[in-house]
Amino acid sequence: MLPPRTLWLLLLALLVAGFGLAAQLDPQFQTWRGSRTGGDFFKVMLGDSRSMFANSFYVKADEYYHSGYYPTIFDDNAAFQTAHMAADTGAVSTKNHGDEHGFLGPTRNWIDAFGRNFFPDRHTHLDQGGADDLGGSENVREILPWLKLSADLDPDNVQTYTVTAYWLRERMNNVPEADALLHEGIRNCPDSYDIFFELGRLYYEAYHDRQRARNVWLEGVRLWLRLDPAVPRGKLSATQLIAGWVDRPTNLSPVQADNQLVMEELTTHLAKLDEDEGNLPEAIEWLEAAQKVSETPQVLQLEIGRLRYQLGVEFIPVLKPLY
Amino acid sequence: MKNISAVAGIVIKELYRRKDFYALFIVTVVICGMMAMINIYNDANIVRYLKEICLDLIWIASLVIAITTTARQIPAERDNRTLLPLLAKPLTRTQLILGKFLGCWLACGLALLCFYLFFGALAASREHHWPVLNYLQAGLMHWFLLGIIVAFALLGSLIFAAPSSNATICFVLVGGILFVGRNLDRVALTLREPTRAIVNALYYALPHLEFYDLRDLVVHNWPLVAWKYIILALLYAAFYMAVFLIGACLVFRRKAVN
Repeated sequence: MLPPRTLWLLLLALLVAGFGLAAQLDPQFQTWRGSRTGGDFFKVMLGDSRSMFANSFYVKADEYYHSGYYPTIFDDNAAFQTAHMAADTGAVSTKNHGDEHGFLGPTRNWIDAFGRNFFPDRHTHLDQGGADDLGGSENVREILPWLKLSADLDPDNVQTYTVTAYWLRERMNNVPEADALLHEGIRNCPDSYDIFFELGRLYYEAYHDRQRARNVWLEGVRLWLRLDPAVPRGKLSATQLIAGWVDRPTNLSPVQADNQLVMEELTTHLAKLDEDEGNLPEAIEWLEAAQKVSETPQVLQLEIGRLRYQLGVEFIPVLKPLY
Repeated sequence: MKNISAVAGIVIKELYRRKDFYALFIVTVVICGMMAMINIYNDANIVRYLKEICLDLIWIASLVIAITTTARQIPAERDNRTLLPLLAKPLTRTQLILGKFLGCWLACGLALLCFYLFFGALAASREHHWPVLNYLQAGLMHWFLLGIIVAFALLGSLIFAAPSSNATICFVLVGGILFVGRNLDRVALTLREPTRAIVNALYYALPHLEFYDLRDLVVHNWPLVAWKYIILALLYAAFYMAVFLIGACLVFRRKAVN
C-alpha cells in the first residue's frame, strides 16, 4: 500500500498536469468552430437542435391559439400546414386546405367516440374568445410564452417575430414591446422583408408615422427585389428598382414565388400611402407592381382604373382655361 | 373490512413518513414559482403556460408516487420477513392485497389533494376565478387513473422479480398508453397480419388511460365534461382495477411467502 505522502504528491502531480493541459487546450478550444461556449444558454445546452425545439414551441403556440384543439401526428393535418395564428396576421400566405373543423373525422369505434368527450373537440380561435366563448380577444396573450421561447431558441426564425409583434400590437395594445421585438428581429435577420413590413404597419397603424412607415416598407421592397438575381445590385433605392422590375416580364425566383403575399402587401400599402398624399401616379405604379405578384390582379386593376379616373378628373381644372 | 383498513392505514402512514411526496411537492412548487416569475412582454395575466407546466409536474409526481410506492409494498414485506407474521394473524392473502391497494390508492388521493389545492391557488392567483367543479372532475379522473395504475403495479410486484423492473415496466406501459393508446387502431391499419390483429386486440384490451387526462380541458378553460361520461369513465376504471386486483389475488394465492 502506498504511503499517504506519496498519494498527496500523486494528487498534486495530477492537478498540475490537469491545469497545464487545460491551459494548453483552452486557446485551441476557443478558436474551434464547433465550440458552443460563445453562445447563449440554449446554444450551449442544445446546439443546433434548438431550431427543432423552436419549431415545436411555435406549433405549441398555435395549439394554444386553438385552445388545445389540434391534430396529432395520427390525424389529418392538411388544414394546419400553416399556423392559423400566423395566417390570421394577414402577412403569411397559407398552404392550408381541407376541413379545419373536422380533422378527427367520423368516429371509428366506441372507444374513439367515448374518448372524444375528454379532450378539446371544437375548432375555436383565442382571438375570437377561445373555448369558453367568455374571454375577450385579449386571451390571445396565452400564445406569447411559447412564441417567446421559440424566438429565444431560434433567433433566425422570421415568422416568430412578425407573428408575436402582430398580436402584441393588435390585441394586447402593447406597441412598445412589439416595436422592441421587431427591432431585435431586424438585428438578428437584417434581410427580412417580412419584419420590415410588420414594422411599417406598426409605424403606420400605431404611431401614425407615415414617413417612417414609408421608409421601412421601401426597404422591405428593396430586400424582396434583391432576391431576384436579375435585379441590379448597388445602392439603388426601391423606387428606382421597382420601375425596372415592373417593365420586365415576370420571372420570380423560387424564394420570391413563395413570398408573393408580403410583396403584394408592401406595394399596396405604399400605394395607399401615396394615394393619401395625393401622389396618384406613384400610387398607380405601386399597384402595377402589386399586380405582378397578386392572386387577384383584376381587383387591383379596378383600383388602378379608379385612380386613373381620379387623375383624369384632377387634370380637368388645369385644362379648363384652354376651352 | 377492518383488516383491510388496518393494512391500508399502515401504507398511508408509510407515505407521510417517507420523503418522496415532500420532495416532489417542493420541486413542483419551486419550478412553478420560478416559471411564474418569468417576465413575458410585461404581461402579468398570462396563466395557461403556468397551469400546463404545473399540471404536467403533478402528473409526473403522482405517477412516480403511485408506481414506486406500490411496487415496493409486497417485496419489502418479503425482504423484511414481515410477510409471514402478517399472514399468521387473522388476515387472508386477499385482504392483504386489498389493504395494500386501498392504502396506496388513498395515499395517492391525499397527495393529489395537496397538489390540486396548490394548482388551484396558483391558477386563481392569476385568473381571479376558481372553477372548482372543473378541478374536481380533473382530480377525480386523475385519482381513478392512479387506481388502475396502482392495481397494475401491485399485480406486477407479484410477477416481476424486483421492484425496479416492475416500476420500469409500469412507467413504459403507462407512457405508451398515454401517448399512442388512442391511436393504436390506426397504427394497426399500417401493419400486416397477424400483427395487425394483435395490435387491434390490444387496442380493445388495454385500459385507455387517456380518457382520464383532462389537462387540456382544464388548462384552456373548456366547459365541464357531462357527468354521465365521467361516471361511465369511473366505472370503466373500476372494471380494470377489479381485473388487476383479481389477477393479483390469484397470483398471490400460489406465491410462496418465505
